Amino acid sequence: MGVELTSTRIADAAAWAKHVREKQNIVDGATNWGRKFSLFTYPFVTACCGMEFMSVAAPKYDLARFGAEFPRFSPRQSDLLMIVGTITEKQGPALRRVWEQMAEPKWVIAFGVCASTGGFYQNYSAMPGADQVIPVDVYIPGCPPRPEQVLDALMLLQDRIQQGTGHSQLRLAREKALADAALTGHE
Amino acid sequence: MAKKVLDALVAKHGAAIVKTEQIHGDEVAWVKREALVAVATWLRDDAAMAFDYPVFVTAIDRLDWKPLNRPPSEAWTEDQPRFEVCVQLRSSKHKHRIRLKVALAENDAKVPSLTPIWAGFNWQERETFDMYGIKFEGHPDLRRIYLYEEFVGHPLRKDYPKDKRQPLVRRPDLA
Repeated sequence: MGVELTSTRIADAAAWAKHVREKQNIVDGATNWGRKFSLFTYPFVTACCGMEFMSVAAPKYDLARFGAEFPRFSPRQSDLLMIVGTITEKQGPALRRVWEQMAEPKWVIAFGVCASTGGFYQNYSAMPGADQVIPVDVYIPGCPPRPEQVLDALMLLQDRIQQGTGHSQLRLAREKALADAALTGHE
Repeated sequence: MAKKVLDALVAKHGAAIVKTEQIHGDEVAWVKREALVAVATWLRDDAAMAFDYPVFVTAIDRLDWKPLNRPPSEAWTEDQPRFEVCVQLRSSKHKHRIRLKVALAENDAKVPSLTPIWAGFNWQERETFDMYGIKFEGHPDLRRIYLYEEFVGHPLRKDYPKDKRQPLVRRPDLA
């Protein structure tokens, strides 16, 4: 496992170096490369998908291989929000508040169909997808998803982080561009 | 199970009982609303009844109810009561059970609360109020229990639209 991990990261570092040469400045590229291998997860677990989250976090599937090994149960110490399970309309304000408290830049994964679309709960109480309340970067289908799907989603998210195209990264870049424009007087 | 409890109930409170029936072995007594508290108090306090365990309170919405395999005369019609409130009781002493039912009209969905008699009905009556909008008069704290205060209507009523949403928050960028 250790060898696999090391060789994966060496290959990734080579890909990153190529990407940086072509598209990004070296500081952003290095920062994003560090971010994508040190995700601190906040598991917002509300329902049965939590069993699959435990499975994927436990040694057999081992989320730790991707650097996202350490669930933090305080949103202020985390930058990856995993919404695992059905969100009700009553939970909406709590979910929004948890997301608002997280450290920037932050990413969101909707884990399972309920968190993505409401799933088969189409009724007065279930929210039709957590993205009604907060922006979601990666959606994982499945009821519940297989652990392989979760790992696939995590790798998709890592690509997004490296490219700087996560929702919060784009927002921060936009805010910075606006501030710079205001500072230099160019709108 | 023999009809022991129903027979005793009818013998004691015959004027308060609309009808009695047995459904799948469960004894059911339809009680007049104004007599419900007297009947319930007697069921709890009488030594031969001793109903000490409040199993559940719920309600049934009979709107558009068309029972299968029954004559049309038994289908729900406009002048029939729309709601049924069901109260299931059990005696842990005598090991017997009874279900009380009260019929309620659509524009008069009120029933006396049984929480003063069995404290265990407190949250169940709140749930029935939350879901069906039935007012339990004399309840010490009749608020919604599952849904939020801002929610309008009662979702388990048959005329509540299935796809109606009442969100508390939404993303400002999606509005």
